[in-house]
Amino acid sequence: MIEIQELYKYYGDQRAVGPLTTTIERGEIIGLLGLNGAGKTTTLRILACDLLPTSGSVKVAGVDVVDRPDDVKAKVGYLPDRPPLYEDLSVGEYLTFAARIRGVPSAQTAKLVAEAVELTELGDVSKKIIGALSHGYRQRVGIAQAIVHAPELVVLDEPISGLDPVQIVEMRELVKNLKGEHTVVLSSHILSEISETCDRIMVINAGKIEWSGTESELSVALRQGSRIAITVRVAGATEEAAQARASEIAQRVPGVSGVDPAHSNESGPGIGSISVRGEGDLRDALCRALVQADVGVIALGREQELESMFLELLGETGEGAPVRRKKKRRKDGEAPPPGAQAAPPAAPTEGGAA
Amino acid sequence: MSTALLIARREFNSYFRSWLGPVLVAGVLLADGLLFNWFNGLDQKQLSGAVLQQFFYNTSAPTMVAAILLTIRLLAEERQTGTLILLNTSPVKDRDIVIGKFLAAYAVLVLATLLSVYMPAWLFVHGKVAVGQIVVGYLGLLLLGAALTAIGVFGSALATSQVVAAILSAVMAVVFVLLWMVAKASEPPLNQYLSALAVHHENFRPFMQGILQPSGVIFYVVFTYAFLFASVKVLEARRWQ
Repeated sequence: MIEIQELYKYYGDQRAVGPLTTTIERGEIIGLLGLNGAGKTTTLRILACDLLPTSGSVKVAGVDVVDRPDDVKAKVGYLPDRPPLYEDLSVGEYLTFAARIRGVPSAQTAKLVAEAVELTELGDVSKKIIGALSHGYRQRVGIAQAIVHAPELVVLDEPISGLDPVQIVEMRELVKNLKGEHTVVLSSHILSEISETCDRIMVINAGKIEWSGTESELSVALRQGSRIAITVRVAGATEEAAQARASEIAQRVPGVSGVDPAHSNESGPGIGSISVRGEGDLRDALCRALVQADVGVIALGREQELESMFLELLGETGEGAPVRRKKKRRKDGEAPPPGAQAAPPAAPTEGGAA
Repeated sequence: MSTALLIARREFNSYFRSWLGPVLVAGVLLADGLLFNWFNGLDQKQLSGAVLQQFFYNTSAPTMVAAILLTIRLLAEERQTGTLILLNTSPVKDRDIVIGKFLAAYAVLVLATLLSVYMPAWLFVHGKVAVGQIVVGYLGLLLLGAALTAIGVFGSALATSQVVAAILSAVMAVVFVLLWMVAKASEPPLNQYLSALAVHHENFRPFMQGILQPSGVIFYVVFTYAFLFASVKVLEARRWQ
């Protein structure tokens, strides 16, 4: 459905995207995941023919976006991060305009508008002025305008951004309902927003696809090399002695590459915390080793959730690493976070496993 | 072209869904009426072609101001609110966007201008004026309005905000209106070129007097086309940014 070959986009001297090569199959729901400024919106705008690529080839349903932009536009529905809504129109009038402007013949317009209204559940507000609608409804109208002309490809830039929890659930269902009739590419900078919706996630950083795969594959990839926080109690010991005892045992566990003392959230006689770095999920092995050595384990778990590990990964892998992360690390004087040490598995092939 | 008309219709309706359209039309008519009364005194002896000439001269000012005010929002507002992206990602030529926007603003301006026809009609009934002068005068007003609307569309295409669009359009309009003053202070042959480019003075006066000169019509048509063409090029250039 989409073939991107060696795509580059520069704004002046600044490279926003590139080199970017990927293929997206018909009927897939693809989540483009990356931090702000990673190149997601630029890539989506090129797919929607709102921007022209600096070099490279982008084809939608076999049609090149530079050679025949109007043919591509007729096949694509695009929702930008801010829905392009005429606030003085009613929902029905707006969708009719959106359909007509995209080349839908007037005889078919009413039918297609009714279908889009039904799919996005806008029936209750179809006669209301858009300016009077809530954020959630506006987002729905934005999606409705993107699908009203029955496009083959629907491109949604951060469709879940700014919605409340109930609206997020509804929006996920709505996006899932698009599957089958449309190929969907949507973007987000928050993993959990798209992980449940998409067939495949592409992690984009500094304009390049760093990784591609399913959500479970991404989860495994990110957890490689994550830190584990352990709090132990050693009877009669000081905090330092408890940390030293736990560190000694942990270092002997296969796969552990480093152990550091850590600040403990709990205080009390004989309580100390350590932070363990290693390959793979070492939680059960560490727990077993400590208990067998008669060290009481009070708490054990990953230091970070999947979301923050993903952010760490992006913060360290590319040139686009956000400044705030670098500053924080310098301030703390710590070694680079563990997520950075485990390079994401090279799985650039389509649907490739980690 | 049908796409341009679609855009024009939405834009035209949008003028009258807000206060802008009615207020501008009313404002133009009020200004036209006040200037008509002020300068003419409506003495029975004075109701001649000279009064009509003065009417067209006076009316040209509100027409030019209204053209700029109507066009400020056209593209700059769409860019500001993010709705331009809907047009940019639809199979619509940049030419159709510019023509559609121009036609909408121009239609409101034509409406405001033609609604003032009761004043020349009153002169026609109570005084001695030729229908030809009325027709040619209005043709001049409409051509002048088209030229200023095109300047406004260009200013709106260039700007990223309505404030900038207003300033750009106003500066360009003032420059092209006052070129005759620069021409006056210039040496030949430069003064002739500058005078010929002035959007109001030399080019508009014959229309006021009821004299239809093809060169005047051609000037306004080419002037309008040039600014609309430049607007299309500005929109195209933005995609290559």
